[in-house]
Amino acid sequence: MPGAGAEFVSNPSVSGQHSLRLEPTQAVAIAKFLRDEMQFDFLSNVTGVDWADKTVPEKVKVTRTVAKTVDGVEQPVEETVEETRTRVTPGYLEVVYHLYSVALKQGPLTIRMRTINRVDQVALPSLTPIWRSAEFQEREIFDLYGVVFTGHPDLRRLLMWDAFKDHPMRRDYVEPDDFEYEPTAHDDVLKRAQAQRSRDQGSATPATEDLSLGARAGNRDQLAKAGQ
Amino acid sequence: MSSSATDTSIGLTKPDGWNRPPVIEPDGEGELLEVAMGPHHPSTHGVFRMDVALDGERVIRLKPVFGYLHRNHEKIAEGLSYLGSMPFTDRLDYICPLTNNWAYALAVEKLTGQEVPERAEYLRVILGELTRFQNHASAIGFLIQEMGASGTPLMYAFREREKILDLFESLTGARMMVNYMRFGGCRVDATPAWLDATRKVVAGLPGFTDEMDRLLSTNEILMARTQGVGILKPELAINAGITGPMLRASGVNYDIRKVDGYGIYNRFNFRVPLGDHWDVYDRYMIRLLEMRESIRILEQALKDIPGGPVMDPKAKIRGFRPKPGEAYGRIEAPKGELGFYLISDGGPNPYRYRIRPPSLINLTVLEDMALGENVADVVLIFGSVDIVLGEVDR
Repeated sequence: MPGAGAEFVSNPSVSGQHSLRLEPTQAVAIAKFLRDEMQFDFLSNVTGVDWADKTVPEKVKVTRTVAKTVDGVEQPVEETVEETRTRVTPGYLEVVYHLYSVALKQGPLTIRMRTINRVDQVALPSLTPIWRSAEFQEREIFDLYGVVFTGHPDLRRLLMWDAFKDHPMRRDYVEPDDFEYEPTAHDDVLKRAQAQRSRDQGSATPATEDLSLGARAGNRDQLAKAGQ
Repeated sequence: MSSSATDTSIGLTKPDGWNRPPVIEPDGEGELLEVAMGPHHPSTHGVFRMDVALDGERVIRLKPVFGYLHRNHEKIAEGLSYLGSMPFTDRLDYICPLTNNWAYALAVEKLTGQEVPERAEYLRVILGELTRFQNHASAIGFLIQEMGASGTPLMYAFREREKILDLFESLTGARMMVNYMRFGGCRVDATPAWLDATRKVVAGLPGFTDEMDRLLSTNEILMARTQGVGILKPELAINAGITGPMLRASGVNYDIRKVDGYGIYNRFNFRVPLGDHWDVYDRYMIRLLEMRESIRILEQALKDIPGGPVMDPKAKIRGFRPKPGEAYGRIEAPKGELGFYLISDGGPNPYRYRIRPPSLINLTVLEDMALGENVADVVLIFGSVDIVLGEVDR
């Protein structure tokens, strides 16, 4: 193995399919080694996985000063209490590759890579130059999860249309609110319209210039204003 | 693998980017013509678009466009129990619902370690091979239809397919949306009358295959239109993840029934046909030969099928929670390697449910095969891939 950019990940399931986690900086070199030296010439499956932010409750001992009445006199006393706090472990996006060897009729070898977070550092090296079969599958993951594959020859959305903004397979994806059936937005519909508008503006992906969607968004603003 | 060592050797001797489609320079005078073939085109069997750039009749560029049938089946499955996704798998490749059921059941069985009774394994093989037979028959029918032989061969194929669908209906209750396999077995047992009816149908299949063979294989028009067209080199086929009859038509001996021996396939005696010209005609011929091998497997399975249950009565098929972990299960579906990748977080729903669709990945090399060919041949090359849009777009 070139370098030490791979780490063994055990799979507790009965399937016994353990995997290797690759350091993204060395992934292309390791992939090339696997294809050319280990004869894993056939990349079968590429999967995106979204590991969302997790809130873990944990118990913490806290020392604090409280006012207590001791012997009829009120005075500050230190006491230790156990508090339950929630700790947020940051999530990440993961891409899983299943490799087989046609030459040796072996497999599967599972390799995986992680992004740094789910928001802005979502780039991973593309393995399409090594295995062509990743071409459409990485495009699909870019489309549905928002992982940006550097080095991909043709990174466009695969299933959703080009002007679509969000990534539907993410765990926290909210479907667009279909409020436009109301000719004039008011009350609940207005609130939903405004919520949808703030979601559109807060979206991480930059807005795309598209006539049909732009027209719809403009219409939506007008509707919201008319309601106010 | 039949390959010459010079330009098809794999590995370090390849220059960078060897697995990309070549760039073809237009040689005619005048402008390129850009044509959108589809999404409503009779040859695409559904809603699929190819953006083609033409220099005269020659294809200079071809970009497939997907997503017209996208319904995010994988997202829906994350909100359903494991069993709840089973009926949805029928709708992926709706020509072959039983193999879809099988692949999903196999993946969940890998995840949970569930055992499958002997009789259920035999039933799965019988249904899987009947599915393969009718899929290949209709794929050939469609291919010939696109060549201009409207009707006759396709209707011959559909006549035979209808007999097989009748069998599916009497066993599962539905012609296509079968929802038949379960984790650790099958939903209902086959009656002796059903097995007799199946034996009767299978006895008629060799005659039908011979008929198709005599009708088509030496047909002058078919040979002229398909031989030497849409060549796919074996190294590129492996690198691009091509599976199923397409891979074997490129001369690569890789059949998951033989390699993995999933279910009970290693008990049966059958051969893996391989192509040696790697063109559209080979893809047609491989399907015809695989139909004959399916008949051999069917005859052996129908002879040997044992009695017993088709499902462990104590097996839990709903409301179970697999241990946290993951499993990838794959089968040789009629169109190629159909795989399901499941991640469990210990809950009643899969945390991640991924389908490896053979139809989508087999289209990776559509451009490579079509470049430099006539636009009329694009329809044939596309037809020889044999896709179903329900699976491409999911």
